[in-house]
Amino acid sequence: MTMKISEIVQCLDAQVICGAEQLDKEVEYAFASDLMSDVLTVKKERMLLITGLANLQTLRTAEMSDIEVVLFVRNKAVTDEMLELARESGIVLIASPCTLFKVSGILYNHGLKPVY
Amino acid sequence: MDLEFNVQGGDFVRAGNASSQIKKVLKQLNADSAIIKRVVVALYEAEVNIAAHAYDGVIRANIDTERIRLLLDDNGPGIPDIERAMTPGYSTASSAVREMGFGAGMGLPNIRANADEFVITSEVGKGTHLEITVYLNQ
Ligand SMILES: Nc1ncnc2c1ncn2[C@@H]1O[C@H](COP(=O)(O)OP(=O)(O)O)[C@@H](O)[C@H]1O
Ligand SMILES: [Mg+2]
Repeated sequence: MTMKISEIVQCLDAQVICGAEQLDKEVEYAFASDLMSDVLTVKKERMLLITGLANLQTLRTAEMSDIEVVLFVRNKAVTDEMLELARESGIVLIASPCTLFKVSGILYNHGLKPVY
Repeated sequence: MDLEFNVQGGDFVRAGNASSQIKKVLKQLNADSAIIKRVVVALYEAEVNIAAHAYDGVIRANIDTERIRLLLDDNGPGIPDIERAMTPGYSTASSAVREMGFGAGMGLPNIRANADEFVITSEVGKGTHLEITVYLNQ
């Protein structure tokens, strides 16, 4: 079971911040964390990162981890520097006003797999 | 191939820049993506450690057909008890570091887990030296 990014956007009513041309990409796993050191221990490919931590190091972590799509929860501000870094690394950024708990529940129900 | 990067203590804007450059080079060399990930995850945690815990540092990378060797040398407070620092969960990180998503005491253990060879030495009041080697054809 995989989900296209476009399906994730649709079922969460999420906003696409950048990478709109890549919404056909698919993910199989999701990992929800504000702790980047924890994200960096995960080996899975095709994984969505769900996080409330929106800063440059979130994007660096995604870059190093081959994470192609990041979902920010609770209306986090995305700075121009973050946008630039996301574009440079080809990372899709999407955002939802909902809580981490709620988006995780919805995506779990849609079949995205936990890492552990 | 030899590459060199400077890292500034406290600079969380540029932290990760060296790891990003190394990732691009390894991709160009067509290294296996799982191996590239091990290299850059280890290097990134080590680079963040210089930004988080030291005053400044230098990262040197030596790449040949068999392996990549990363040497990190910083000027900083050093680590009084390396065994303790390597223990998962041990951290002296500031709240500024934790706000960046680090400071859980997971960095050094993850560097060791991703490296084929890992050496860490430190002198209190001077600085810390790391050697991370990853074989590229496995
Ligand atoms: N380059 C360094 N210079 C000084 N101290 C360091 C350095 N790297 C790590 N340390 C010490 O080791 C501890 C554990 O490091 P690490 O496992 O990366 O966790 P974290 O950085 O999240 O605290 C740090 O909190 C710090 O006390
Ligand atoms: Mg660390």
